[in-house]
Amino acid sequence: MSQTSLWTRLVPIAVFLVIAGFFAYGLSRDPSKIPTEMIDRPLPDFELPGLRDDEGVISDEVLRGQTSLVNVFGSWCVACLQEHPTLMRLAASTDVKIVGVNWRDDRQDALTWLQRHGDPYERIIFDADSELAIELGVTGAPETFVVDPNGRIRFKQVGPITEKVFKDTITPILKAIEAESNE
Amino acid sequence: MRRFFLILAIFAVAMNLCVSAQATNSEAAERDARVAAISKTLRCVVCQNQSIYDSNAPLAEDMRRLVEKRVAAGDSDDEVRDYLRERYGDYVLMTPPLQSNTLLLWLGPLVLLLLAGTWFVVRVRRKTVIDTADDLSDDDRARAHAALFGDKDDAS
Repeated sequence: MSQTSLWTRLVPIAVFLVIAGFFAYGLSRDPSKIPTEMIDRPLPDFELPGLRDDEGVISDEVLRGQTSLVNVFGSWCVACLQEHPTLMRLAASTDVKIVGVNWRDDRQDALTWLQRHGDPYERIIFDADSELAIELGVTGAPETFVVDPNGRIRFKQVGPITEKVFKDTITPILKAIEAESNE
Repeated sequence: MRRFFLILAIFAVAMNLCVSAQATNSEAAERDARVAAISKTLRCVVCQNQSIYDSNAPLAEDMRRLVEKRVAAGDSDDEVRDYLRERYGDYVLMTPPLQSNTLLLWLGPLVLLLLAGTWFVVRVRRKTVIDTADDLSDDDRARAHAALFGDKDDAS
């Protein structure tokens, strides 16, 4: 009886360890981060109005032929304001093309917001009804996609782009794309 | 007589309009019901554990509108779900699909139930064996009886 009870005593501990293991794994993950399905997929076709008065209609053509950062933002989005200085600097000091997707916003609010904080975008797609956002699998703002010259999505950044994110994560991808197109 | 026919004609036209209005109504109702049913199976991607049917999040609203649009365009229920699944992954489905990475999720409870059941049966059997083991001597039996029911025998 004494040998079996030693094993029986170990069972609850083993069960506890297994459950603790699951909890440690589950609780250390951020549930708001959803793995993206869009990597290495071609950009969806779209045709949406531009935000600014003189922009007319913007289609997916605008994202071909050159590597671009597609940045989903809105004047209602606090974290967008946080990454805005980085985007401003990138627009001023690098030759990355930055295209904005103004998501679920009021046109006037967005224009005022850009006037106040600066406008790093070459083109801005006005997506009031999440048409493009859903096509891209967007779950929140800001989100930024790296799109290669062939119109393929290569990377998605969820949350603000900081200088660190740009340097450590996005720059290597930009370099890889450049290397590919030089081949 | 002519008036009678006129009235009849008007009546017929009116009836017809009514019927066709009803037809489009029931069609729309059916479509709404389908949109609701599909929406209940799709997860709102910004609010963790609500369907887009229940959620008031702006993105859920837009997703409901998209479901409506796809249904109106003639997509089947599964086609609508697949459309969103292609963009948001399995996450967007309220019920995880049964596939290799969800096997543990689906079969885990069953496995646990079987394990617990086996353990229970084994234990109960072992206990029965112990209970029926007759290793008490007559002396012990008498002592047990005395302890349980008092020393009636001695007293009498």
